[in-house]
Amino acid sequence: MLVLTAIAVVRMRSLFAIAMLSGVFSLLSALLFVTLDAVDVAFTEAAVGAGISTVLVLGTLALTSRYEKPTNRSPALPLFVVIVTGAALIYGTLDMPNFGSPDAPAQTHVGPDYLEGSVHEIDIPNVVTSILASYRGYDTLGETAVVFTAGIGVLLLISGLSGRRRRDDEEESEET
Amino acid sequence: MGFELTQEYIFGHLNYWLFSVLMMTGLYIVVAKGNLVKKIVGLNIFQTSVFMLYISMGKVTGGTAPIFPLDMQIDPDVIYSNPLPHVLILTAIVVGIATTALGLALIVRIQEEFNTIEEDDILKIERAITQAENAIHGESMGGPA
Repeated sequence: MLVLTAIAVVRMRSLFAIAMLSGVFSLLSALLFVTLDAVDVAFTEAAVGAGISTVLVLGTLALTSRYEKPTNRSPALPLFVVIVTGAALIYGTLDMPNFGSPDAPAQTHVGPDYLEGSVHEIDIPNVVTSILASYRGYDTLGETAVVFTAGIGVLLLISGLSGRRRRDDEEESEET
Repeated sequence: MGFELTQEYIFGHLNYWLFSVLMMTGLYIVVAKGNLVKKIVGLNIFQTSVFMLYISMGKVTGGTAPIFPLDMQIDPDVIYSNPLPHVLILTAIVVGIATTALGLALIVRIQEEFNTIEEDDILKIERAITQAENAIHGESMGGPA
């Protein structure tokens, strides 16, 4: 399903349909996160990926154009790059532990410590919350800093858009 | 490399391979397509498949979501999936939407400046600008521009 949606995004020309399909992709991945026991991630993905990012893309489409122009570039070189990278990635997974195996390094190293520690150190039922807000609190602080910076950047880029547009129109009308 | 291509091995690694395919689809969109909005969507697909790869590493067979019962009386037989990748990816999703928003804002600015969001057209306009500037520089140096 996810692969089909992604391929549909490759083939589509209508950017509106692409925005919708990327929302569908995010929702499908949220479902996948639920089956992989990551309910918090599924919440966030459904809200942020399917919700906010679709709205942002639609807003951009409203300010720009709705359709993609067909290009006459040959897809050979990108396809080659992609296949080589994909082969390297798959080669890298050959040494990985089996899916869901309880004795994988990721499960035996610090993961259990957090699970045990958060019982009597933090006393919050949701371990993801306790790690996010307490053990890794500085990460979350850095994350908010990143979001704040991005927000300032977006505001600086977009601000005065209507003002500039009006000025352009006036200049054009003076020229004509 | 010491691995055998058994059925268990293939099914144990199929998830990584599928996510790699998804990742490469996203990368292909970013590299091959000229429309900037489409590039951003491809980048999002790439990003989400990386998230899926990480989350699938934290999954334990027979495990459940890492949320304890409310009375904090934990049954030692219950297996919980690894919460660390979840935390990491929660942070990554939010940072991802921030970068997406910034990219889309840049696209809006590009549209305003060049009146197009196709990479080919932008390159054409830039080349024309550079040629015009070079001609001016050449003339000011007295060369046959």
